[in-house]
Order: sequence, then structure tokens, then C-alpha cells
Amino acid sequence: MCPITISHTQLMTIHSSELAKELRSFVAADYVIEDEETKRPYACDGLSTYCEMPGLVVLPETVEQVRQVLQTCHRLQVPVVARGAGTGLSAGAMPHRDGVVLSMAKFNQILEIDADACTARVQPGVRNIVISEQATDYGLYYAPDPSSQIACTIGGNIAENSGGVHCLKYGLTVHNVLSLELLTMEGELLTIGSEAFDSPGFDLLALVIGSEGLLGIVTEITVRLLPTPPLARVVMAAFDHVEKAGDSVGAIIEAGIIPAGLEMMDSHAIKAAEDFAKVGYPTDAEALLLCEVDGTVDEVEEHIATVARVFAEAGATHCRVSADEAERLALWKGRKSAFPAVGRISPDYYCMDGTIPRRHLAHVLMSMQAMSERYGLRVANVFHAGDGNLHPLILFDANIPGEFERAEAFGAEILNLCVAVGGCITGEHGVGMEKIRQMTAQFNDHELAQFHAIKRAFDELELLNPGKGIPLLKYCQEYRALQPRPQHTQNKAMD
Amino acid sequence: MADHSAAIKAQVESAYQQQRPVNIIGGGSKSFMGRVSVGEPLNLAQHSGIVAYEPTELVLTARAGTPITEIQQVLAAHDQQLAFEPPAFKGKATLGGTLAGNQSGPCRPWQGSVRDAVLGVRLINGRGEHLKFGGQVMKNVAGYDLSRLQAGAMGCLGVITEISLKVIPKPAVSSSLMVTMSEQDALVLMTSLRRRAIPLSGACWSAGKINLRLAGAESAVNAAAKELGAHFDATSADAEQDFWNNLREQQLSFFSSDQPIWRLSVNPASPPLPLHYSKKSQQIIDWGGAQRWLAGDFKFEQVQLLAQQAKGHASLYRGRNLKGEQREPAKGEVFQSLPAPLQALHRRVKKAVDPAGILNPGRLYSWL
Repeated sequence: MCPITISHTQLMTIHSSELAKELRSFVAADYVIEDEETKRPYACDGLSTYCEMPGLVVLPETVEQVRQVLQTCHRLQVPVVARGAGTGLSAGAMPHRDGVVLSMAKFNQILEIDADACTARVQPGVRNIVISEQATDYGLYYAPDPSSQIACTIGGNIAENSGGVHCLKYGLTVHNVLSLELLTMEGELLTIGSEAFDSPGFDLLALVIGSEGLLGIVTEITVRLLPTPPLARVVMAAFDHVEKAGDSVGAIIEAGIIPAGLEMMDSHAIKAAEDFAKVGYPTDAEALLLCEVDGTVDEVEEHIATVARVFAEAGATHCRVSADEAERLALWKGRKSAFPAVGRISPDYYCMDGTIPRRHLAHVLMSMQAMSERYGLRVANVFHAGDGNLHPLILFDANIPGEFERAEAFGAEILNLCVAVGGCITGEHGVGMEKIRQMTAQFNDHELAQFHAIKRAFDELELLNPGKGIPLLKYCQEYRALQPRPQHTQNKAMD
Repeated sequence: MADHSAAIKAQVESAYQQQRPVNIIGGGSKSFMGRVSVGEPLNLAQHSGIVAYEPTELVLTARAGTPITEIQQVLAAHDQQLAFEPPAFKGKATLGGTLAGNQSGPCRPWQGSVRDAVLGVRLINGRGEHLKFGGQVMKNVAGYDLSRLQAGAMGCLGVITEISLKVIPKPAVSSSLMVTMSEQDALVLMTSLRRRAIPLSGACWSAGKINLRLAGAESAVNAAAKELGAHFDATSADAEQDFWNNLREQQLSFFSSDQPIWRLSVNPASPPLPLHYSKKSQQIIDWGGAQRWLAGDFKFEQVQLLAQQAKGHASLYRGRNLKGEQREPAKGEVFQSLPAPLQALHRRVKKAVDPAGILNPGRLYSWL
């Protein structure tokens, strides 16, 4: 696959071997990586079509070492790209050719669980799922659960403001973090947020969460934990039309229920998932919904009955309620394996991440079908239906010349359509390198200039993750000219 | 009920060109909060009205000057509500002011704050540019989150003109419980409840009594009320409703004290504040222990220290009552002091949004 390179605004003012020598004066020699072979695994994150070999990789073991790495790079004006588990899907952790990859992998300790305050103090390299595993002894858990939760780290979750299938009810990372320790590029350690529910001054926590490693390096995090609900059950419903499925989601909300999870798959995704997981999804359905309800036993029974009734009234062709935990997990297994399942029916797939107001779902899916025919590429859809977050999976074969470029253009057109109907270009994967061009569809030059001003308030020399997240204004004109135009839909907010 | 954003933008533009400070005013219900800001009044109250409301999407968009009461009425017609239960301050509180002052009511620990409900804003920065951040969808991670950054910024980071919020369905039923209890026992109870999956939506210790509120599915509320109720007094539904309304609206007799009122936002599991016995009665503990109100003639340094010991921060919420609606204006700082590096970062962030320092200068801190 052709690597995509970024424009270089800074050049390393020092040869990488000299920098390595300097870093080894305070970081263990083995943890400053110079050789090509050992650096190679760091060349990309979860979006492997974007890669670049870094100048150096460094794995500090203490906060003091991180501070020194930053101070050294600041003094020498060397770009720094922070990295967690490298599971990101927007090339946010793609290295800079002349920069340092700062891996936080050594910071993998849970420092404290305070069961009285319902909080956990953790290091950034702790994997998301480990927090809930450790908290379960206290009857608590950490709510945001991105699909990659087995592998992804909490530090990366902070960078991307990660969501998951439960965010309609329990919120995103930004709703579940109380405080951060943040090192600035100049090496100053700041405490952002507190153990209370708010903090004096500006809500910098909101600004830092989701900032994709552009504002600072997070060295410690205090997250909020929630009591584990005693029971969760799921209802599966099949529909012969996506519009009926979409409408039924609105009807559930209207019935006063906020589901813990509400996922939808289109016919391509249903077939692939059933073929892969064999959990009994009806493969003749045009749309499948999984609606999970959690809470106390009485509450779940009450809500499950309502959900089943709403699905029946909305014209579901098939409806199944999980009788026990094994069946609940089985019904989810198909959805959770949708990505690898699609991976089986196509050599490659490109996962998009747009959000839309849910009422436009049928229109967006139909437009996508038309695009699919025009680009000559299949698309399967999995959808966090509760919160309007679409994950179209564009199927392509990277070995066929031009297919990846076609898939990218198709993806860009989908994102522009999301913006046109009142949504946005990324719900949870972040902008990174991948969606830098689409930023110009969502934001005008004044807004982008405002972002750059905020960036410089934290990182004056713009050394943290340069070239990601926010496009440079000088390229915006060009990016806008390159945008594939969706069939424009007026966003009638009051319709 | 009209869009006045063009006039507001023009006023900010001209203030920027002439480097004249503006004093942003919504309904004027929170003029007692923060420090006094001098500047040409910039009125947002007329810039009012609900722009969009999609009950099935759980999203409402309204102009900054829209009264909270108007929003509550429109939502109630669809059996929905604001998640964060803000005070309406006799109909004067506006949505913009509620966000700028980060005002959330008794249910905040369980249902989130106004900041948590924000999905997107339109705002005019200190250069007079009208900008849009976030959106009308639950998830949006493109660009920095300048929307939630507005919570508690007291207008220092932009003139908010429009806000999109996540709203929630009204709970099917709610029920309250009350019993006389010591401060220590009340805090122990709050901590034990925090760890349990029960439909709690309020936990407040006031006037020597613990008050709990349950809200949610009928079966869950009834089960929890039955289990907890054995230890509580029977109260009338009206009296319960009055208590929570008065707490939310800051109308309990505690708030009519002539004394200055201090707000301490602390780790909810902190023990009782080490106060002299005579001061104990002048305290309300809300948010399941996380928000502690004190009335009294304290020194700010003293209250800041108390808050720090409880892993939180303090503010002088309201100065001494003078007459009528008049409050003694704050001469010094009213919000907890920040460490020097954080202060410097605040200055740089302020400058990034408001380079000439014309938006509510000094309202949050004397140096900002």
C-alpha cells in the first residue's frame, strides 16, 4: 500500500543518533530505539494505510523521564508524537519522520481505586478493560467501552475522547474523567480537573480530552467509576426496511427509555456477522437492531417489555429477547465481530466514522448505496443507532491499483454527506491524519484559526503531533477544492 | 424571540476595534456570581428562542437568551427534561447564563452537569467572529471542544449565542425520603448509596435532616423506596417536592441568610468539614457530599483551605445580603486561586480566544 506522507514544517535540528545519545543520558539505553527493525512496529497505528518511520522511539518509565524527553525535544525543536496501544483508527499516532514517538506503554499501573469516592487513579498506559476488571471487586466499573477495549489504553481514550456502545446512556470519555496530570511541551506538570465534580477557572479538562495529543502529554488520570447494574438484557429485532428500523429507535426514545446500548446493522453486515459468528441473526433482514437495557431487575423487566412492544408496533419481522446472560452475550457476539466478519468477505475494508441526526438515516443509507454503485465498491454498515454514529465499512482490494484511492474518495464523500445533513466527520475515531482534509467541510477558516490559536496557547512551537487534527490554513483552499460533493441535502433543523 | 446575533456580533466587533470591554448580560439572574466586570453592557436577553427541538433525537437547540423556564415547558410537553436540573431563578435564568455559570441542580452527580449535556455552541469570540463548535449529535470529536469549555467560564471565552443540548426523558415516577440524621451519619449513608445501583437522583443533608430522592422506572423506584423507607419518616409528597424545588432554586431558608454564602466543591467521600460547632447549622451538603454550602463570615483563605483539605475548591458564591436583591460586591478574588503555571495557561487560553481582553474582563479572576 502506498504510504501517505505528511508535509514537514519542522526539521530535526539535530541528527537522530545525537538525540538518541542525549535521551540515553536519562532513559534506559534499550528504551531509546534507533534501529529500523525495532522502530518498524511504530510506523503506523490501527490505520495501517498511513505509515511513516519515526526518527526515534522512546519509552520512558517515569514521569520525570517524560518531562526530560519533552524538555529536550522542546529545546532542540524536535516534534513529539505520543502513542498508547496504537489502536487508533485515524492515524493520530502516525510518526513524524523527523520526530520522536513517545510511547507511554511503560505506564501501565492502576495506582488506586477509591471505592468510597467511586474513582480510579490510573496511569495512561493502562488498558481500558483492566480498569473495569480491577473495579469489579468493589461492584464498580468504568463505563466507556470502545470496541478495542481489550487493547486500547486509557491515555489513548483521553486523546480521542473515545465512546463505545454505551455512550448514549453513560457518556463519552469526557463525561467519565475527573482529572488529569498533564505535561506541557515545555515540561511543566499541570493538574487539570480535581477530585470534585468541577474545577475553578476554565474547564480545561474538556479542551484536553479529545485533543489527539496536540496539547500535552497525559501522565495520570482519575476516572469516575459507576455501580455495576445488577442486570442487563438485550432485545434483537429484525426489519424488512431500514426506515422502519430507524423509526423504531425514535419510538423507543419517545417511550421514555434510554437504552444502555442500541446498535443497528444493515443487510451486508448482518450476513457477514451471521456467517462469521453463527448466532442466529435472520439473514433475510434488511436491518437488525440490538437494544440493551440495564438496571435493577424490576427496572429491566419493565423496560424490556416496553422495548419488545415498540419493536412489534414498528413492524419488526422477528424479535428475540435474551433469556439469560449466555444468550445476551451470544446476540452481542455477532455485532462485536462485525468488523472481522466483514474482513472475511473482502481483502481490505476502510472503516468510516461519521455521525448524523438519526432522522436522516434512511436518506443517508440510500445515498450511500448510490455512491457504492458509482464507485463500484461495496459498503456494509454498522451503526451506533442510539447516538447517530455510523460506521460504514467500504470494501476494497488494495492489490488492485486505484481501489484504495477510490475507497478514500468514497469515504470522503460519505463524510461530506454527514456534514450536509447536520452531522459531523468523526464521532469517535478522531481526525488524526486521515480526516484532516474533511475538517474544511465542517469548519470555516475562522474556526480553524481559533483551533490553531488554542493549540499555540498550550504548545507555542507546535511540536506536539504536528500536522494532525487541525489542517493548516494554507492548505484549506486546496482541500476544499478537492472535496467530492455529496448530493446536497438541506439541514432543516425544525422540520 | 428573535435572532439578534448580527447586532451582538457588530457590537463585539466594534468593541474589539476600539479595545473597549463589554459586560455580557443575559437575564441578570446571576449578577451576584463572580466578580464585578466593568464594561459596556452587551445584552443577550432579546436573543432568545428555541431554534430546533427533536424529541426523538433527544436534542434541543436554543439561543443563549432563552429562559430556562421556556425550555422546561417545551420539553415537558414531550415528557422530557433538562438532565442537569438547573435553577430557573424566578424565570430570569437564561440558557447562556446557565452554561456560563455552570449551574446544575441536585441531580448533578447522577445525571451530569450542564457541561455534560452540551453538544455544541455558536459563539462570538473576542475578535467579533461568529463561530460554531460541536454540533447537534451526541458524538463529535472533530476539533477541540470549545463548547464544553464555556461551562463556568463566565463569558470570558466568548459570547455564547446558541447552545445545543442533550435532553432526557422525564422519569416515570419519583419519590422522596427524609429523616433526622447527624452530618457524620448522613455522609456515611451517602457514600454507601454511591456504590449501589439504585435510581437515586438527589441526596442532600440540610437542617439536620437527610433527604433522598429516587427517580426512574416505577418498579425500581418502588423497590428502592421500600428497602430504604423502613429507616425514614413518612412525608407528604408536596413537602418533598417543595424541598427539592427550593434546593434547586436556592430558596431554602439557608440561602436567605444575610451572611456571605460559600460554595465548596469537594471529593464526595470527604468527612465532615472541621467547622466550629456553632457553624455547623449553617451548612447544606448536596450532591451526595460533593457540594457543600456554607453561610458565614469566613475569611476566603480559611474556606479555601477547608476545600483543599477535602480535595476540592471553594468560591464565594454570593456576598453579604444588603437590601432587596442587592449583594455586597466582591472586592477581592471569589474563585479558588490557581497555581502559577495554571494561571499562565489560563491567560494564554483567554488571549487565544479574546486577544484584546474585552469579554467580561475580571469577572472570573482579577488577572483574567
